[in-house]
Amino acid sequence: MTLNAELSRRIYTDMWRIRLFEEEALRQTSLGTVKGTLHTYCGEEAIAVAICAHLRDDDYVLGTHRSHGHCLAKGAPMDRMMAELFGRATGSCRAKGGSMHIADFSRNILGANGIVAGGIGPGTGTALASRIRKSDQVSVVFFGDGAAARGPFHEGLLFGSLWKLPVVYVCENNGYQQWVPRKNVAVVDSVADMAASYAIPGVSVDGQDLEAVYEAAGEAVERARRGEGPTLIEARTYRFYGHSLGDMEEYRSREEVDDWRENRDPIKLFSAWMKERQWLGDDEDEAIQAGAAAEVAKSVAYAEESPLPDPEDVLTDVLDTEWRVSA
Amino acid sequence: MRTIALRDALREALHEEMARDDSVFVIGEDVIAHGGPYTVTQGIVDKWPDRIFETPIAEAGIVGLGVGAALAGMRPVVEIMYVDFITCAMDEVVNQAAKMRYMTGGQASVPIVIRLPCGPARLVAAQHSQIMESWFMHVPGLQVAAPSTPYDAKGLMKTAIRSPDPVAFFEYKALYVSEGEVPEEDYAIPFGQADVKREGEDATVVAIGGMVPRALEAGIALEDEGYDIEVVDPRTLAPLDMETICESVRRTGRAVVCEMDSSFAGTGAEIAAALAEQCFHDLRAPIVRVGSPHVPMPFAEELVNVTVPDVGDVSAAVRKVMA
Repeated sequence: MTLNAELSRRIYTDMWRIRLFEEEALRQTSLGTVKGTLHTYCGEEAIAVAICAHLRDDDYVLGTHRSHGHCLAKGAPMDRMMAELFGRATGSCRAKGGSMHIADFSRNILGANGIVAGGIGPGTGTALASRIRKSDQVSVVFFGDGAAARGPFHEGLLFGSLWKLPVVYVCENNGYQQWVPRKNVAVVDSVADMAASYAIPGVSVDGQDLEAVYEAAGEAVERARRGEGPTLIEARTYRFYGHSLGDMEEYRSREEVDDWRENRDPIKLFSAWMKERQWLGDDEDEAIQAGAAAEVAKSVAYAEESPLPDPEDVLTDVLDTEWRVSA
Repeated sequence: MRTIALRDALREALHEEMARDDSVFVIGEDVIAHGGPYTVTQGIVDKWPDRIFETPIAEAGIVGLGVGAALAGMRPVVEIMYVDFITCAMDEVVNQAAKMRYMTGGQASVPIVIRLPCGPARLVAAQHSQIMESWFMHVPGLQVAAPSTPYDAKGLMKTAIRSPDPVAFFEYKALYVSEGEVPEEDYAIPFGQADVKREGEDATVVAIGGMVPRALEAGIALEDEGYDIEVVDPRTLAPLDMETICESVRRTGRAVVCEMDSSFAGTGAEIAAALAEQCFHDLRAPIVRVGSPHVPMPFAEELVNVTVPDVGDVSAAVRKVMA
């Protein structure tokens, strides 16, 4: 699938949907309507949309604590996501998961994950299920650079490579593991280099460059679908906001953030890229942004109008209590 | 009825469930070679070579893959060689498998069985002899089974495999070769149904897993002293059938709770507390717990013997509640 005008506009729309969803969610936290914490995806949008553009509805996606972008890019309904952040009964997880556990199993979005590297083993396991069932479904696991330090990253890649499973490992390297620069705690600069230990291709791309991510992802997804095994993609990126709410950001300079926002914003870069090709006019650009803003406003209205969870519901969904064994 | 060993009953359950349902598969260390250290997975590779996976020594990966496969609709049966090693995969058990249904508002089903060979058997000391049932009981979203007979092992394993939610399945290594009657036909034992293994009038002995045969032996020995004990085996610890246990205690008025693990913050503590809440006025003597002292499992036999509760400890506890 090559990046044509129509697909590019769709991808560009999704980038704006994610950007505006996140900024609205942040605004709602300051109003007190969205409680708990929030890890926003602003600045990293190109990665989720470029990867998910290659996926089918039945392909699996597993995420991280910073997964609103992954969910929107894979097709989770925005209104139910916003309702989840608002803690409403209509939320994606019926107000039991919140921001860090948003999932939509009807679209094989098997969940954001609050444990760093927590999705890597399960995402390799969904790929094992594809293998056993002889289906050509691909699994994509997103994780941050911090995850590359954890055991489940290494064990997951080992299994994925050993059994040549149809999985794509996507490391969103935003340069900081929470408040610590990666360079202070890592011994190799590029996470992609770690692929060598597991005898799989490791590709490092500029995560702000949509075309670069799109091409790397296309190759990796097709390779997985052909049964040739996993790929580790490192997408170098940057988060525009703090790690989560209340981050004082003492570990990075205002100049650094401004420089990325000004010169390395994936939305600005992709907009310019499309405009160079005459794929996006100024009017269209405005319409896309207005459309995304309207969808976000609608999701807020949906959340506001939705009922709060019934306190009695706290005891349901621990186990499937309807199930009875039959001999 | 024919008599087979507990490990044979487990193997039979696995074979039958794999024949019955294509989504069942086995994953673990050494599960092909020799059918695992306990031979429970023997013969599977011959019948279903594509549904048994022998793994690197990577427990977090093994359980993590199992969780993912289960999320995708498969039914993995995971073998962890010793329950002690499950500590290397506790995130996968607790944060991923157990909480997934709840966190996703009921969207996720994680039908995974984690087989956990446990308990002292061959003087293999502290890192190969734990039991740890109470760790898993304490996690919402997990089911915990601990069969004491070949019959229960087969019936509970079938339920575990068919269940839509994760199961920590405790297999007492010392019981693998113990024999008992097992029907050849298909049967499944529902979770949350305790079994009265011996009927009696004078005292209720609740015994878990490896303590069940010891409690039954104590029952015979105590007959000579004129005590007629009832032995109740919960069979699953989560869900826990307090109804059957309380019914027995209301009748006998005396309760002894036996586990092989350390009694501190253990399985027996939960049962004793529930009894105190629900049957306090029926009790004619304080509840007595039997369990290990709060120490890691030692190596030397002389030390093991004073750590693991035996028939004499059960008998002594019964005498105490009868006094």
